[in-house]
Amino acid sequence: MADVHIKNVTKSFGDHVAVDGLDLHISDGEFVVLLGPTGAGKTTTLRLIAGLERPDSGTIEIGGHNATTLSPAERDTAFVFQQYSLYPHLSVFDNLAFPLRSPARKMPEDQIRRRVEEVAKMVRIHHKLANRSTKLSGGEMQRVAIGRALVRKPSIYLMDEPLSSLDAKLRADLRLELKRIQTELGATMLYVTHDQIEAMTMADRIGILAEGVLVQIGSPRTIYSEPANLHVAARLGQPAINLLPTGLLPDGGAPAGTKTIGARTEHLTIAKAANGHADGVVDWVEHLGDQNHLHVTVGQKKLVTLTDPDTDLAQGDRVVIRYRSPLYFGADGQRLM
Amino acid sequence: MSLTTAHSVVAPSANSKRIAGAIIIAYALISIVPLLWIFATSFKTPPDSIAYPPKILFQPSLEGYCNLFTTRTRQTPEYINSLGPATTFCDETTRKRNMVIAGPSNFLPRFVNSLIIAFGSTFCAVFLGTLSAYGFSRFKVPLADDLLFFILSTRFMPPIAVAIPIYLMYRELGLSDTALGMILLYTAVNVSLAVWLLKGFIDEIPREYEEAAMIDGYTRLQAFWRTVLPQATTGIAATAIFCLIFAWNEYAFAALLTSGTAQTAPPFIPTIIGEGGQDWPAVAAGTTIFLVPILVFTILLRKQLLRGITFGAVRK
Repeated sequence: MADVHIKNVTKSFGDHVAVDGLDLHISDGEFVVLLGPTGAGKTTTLRLIAGLERPDSGTIEIGGHNATTLSPAERDTAFVFQQYSLYPHLSVFDNLAFPLRSPARKMPEDQIRRRVEEVAKMVRIHHKLANRSTKLSGGEMQRVAIGRALVRKPSIYLMDEPLSSLDAKLRADLRLELKRIQTELGATMLYVTHDQIEAMTMADRIGILAEGVLVQIGSPRTIYSEPANLHVAARLGQPAINLLPTGLLPDGGAPAGTKTIGARTEHLTIAKAANGHADGVVDWVEHLGDQNHLHVTVGQKKLVTLTDPDTDLAQGDRVVIRYRSPLYFGADGQRLM
Repeated sequence: MSLTTAHSVVAPSANSKRIAGAIIIAYALISIVPLLWIFATSFKTPPDSIAYPPKILFQPSLEGYCNLFTTRTRQTPEYINSLGPATTFCDETTRKRNMVIAGPSNFLPRFVNSLIIAFGSTFCAVFLGTLSAYGFSRFKVPLADDLLFFILSTRFMPPIAVAIPIYLMYRELGLSDTALGMILLYTAVNVSLAVWLLKGFIDEIPREYEEAAMIDGYTRLQAFWRTVLPQATTGIAATAIFCLIFAWNEYAFAALLTSGTAQTAPPFIPTIIGEGGQDWPAVAAGTTIFLVPILVFTILLRKQLLRGITFGAVRK
């Protein structure tokens, strides 16, 4: 394992700037998740580190050495692709052995066998080693794909939305397994996703990418509770953060220049209005089983928060809403302290 | 999660199946009759082969095959009687027609020429075609579209339209009547087909496979060899069959450019008929043997073609 240092890297495809002046340092043994919407430059960042793309400018250091111009083979990274991960003409065993059989490694067959079996147990696929790789279910395929990265001890594991094509249950299982494996191995990992739950649960640090720019990087806690701007705030939290104009609700204590107030569930107190004043009306209570989503109309705005499953609020109830130290954003979208 | 999505296919009714079957069988019979006739003729005696009405049932004879592989000279009965007893079947058959075997015919060397030239040019065309198709498919080639169009444009005219320039060029270059010359020519004709066919197949193979291999420590060429080629076998097999059939059957250039050492079977077979009368059984025997390699090749590769169709189950 090694640390990876990306310094001021820019990469364009024609007119489109995919990655714009990216600076990112991933420490040895760290699990960094890049979170962002499609087209934010997440995959390009991975491909730049793997050597599948050359940066237009900037440098990439792996393990303290400049790797900017090295070929993919020389960089010794491991990559898990979102799709097309397995060679259809090879068995599961041969797929897992493929990286070890490369001319760059030339590992003896008996060692390969041992290593493949070890990893197959780790990703729980050892009972299917002899299968044709096309005869696996989606979850099994993706476990083999992850296993194929794990058979090596590369400088860094690069994972490009490895769980996105799986159903929710499998995704949850593999998420845990992947985090367990990463911790066991002490692996350096850069993981790309647009799923905030994956990011929140697995990452040591989360980097938020938007339009090729790294907007903010920090621990999941920091990213969640101290988002740098509106974009970051909107990426995390379920239901999504409520962005309300100033003046809609009593907002005493808002710093000067506040344009937008961001309020998640924990930033709001909602109570049934006694006689007299009310701020909004309950629009709808969405029952999700373990929790409820409360939809409230405040003036022209709609607001969604979580409430207890046994809430006594019902449709049509008039409610009083108060902020509880919410997030303040200025006109430029940056958060105000 | 299941990967193979079940498509609902409308099953053909029993009746339409029967009708389709009948049409196919009828068509197959019509197509195969001439071939069967050639095959039968190759086992007839020369008189039987030109009998009228044509003989469906006849005493099979290997005389056609004897005549195909030998040259014979006419001799007086006295001379033939003065020879010792006939040692081989062909000896005996020939003597009955007042002839003796003078030596081996040119059929075998011509057939070998055909094998060398057809398989050689097929190999070259598929080899060059695969590499070019891979290049066009994966790299930013300047003017790629124009180059591909240029490659295709070599097929706008029938190749024989350039017969005269090629004839003159080959004479100057000393390539006339050489196996190398014919291999180059057939490769040039076939390579455009190979590039276009194979580009389609290689485009279908996701590049993630090679990228994964390159990250895993393989060079691009090794990755190509280990991941792209195995998945392109279907396309390569199909392309090879097309190329081989063209090169194997080509007559016009072969007749024009080869006459001696490099002559292929197609221009040679018709010349058999001149040697000692209307020897249809020998021509039919030559044709029958000529059909064998392409038949075997196609049957061997048919497996590959079918495997390609049933490969399936790649996640999309």
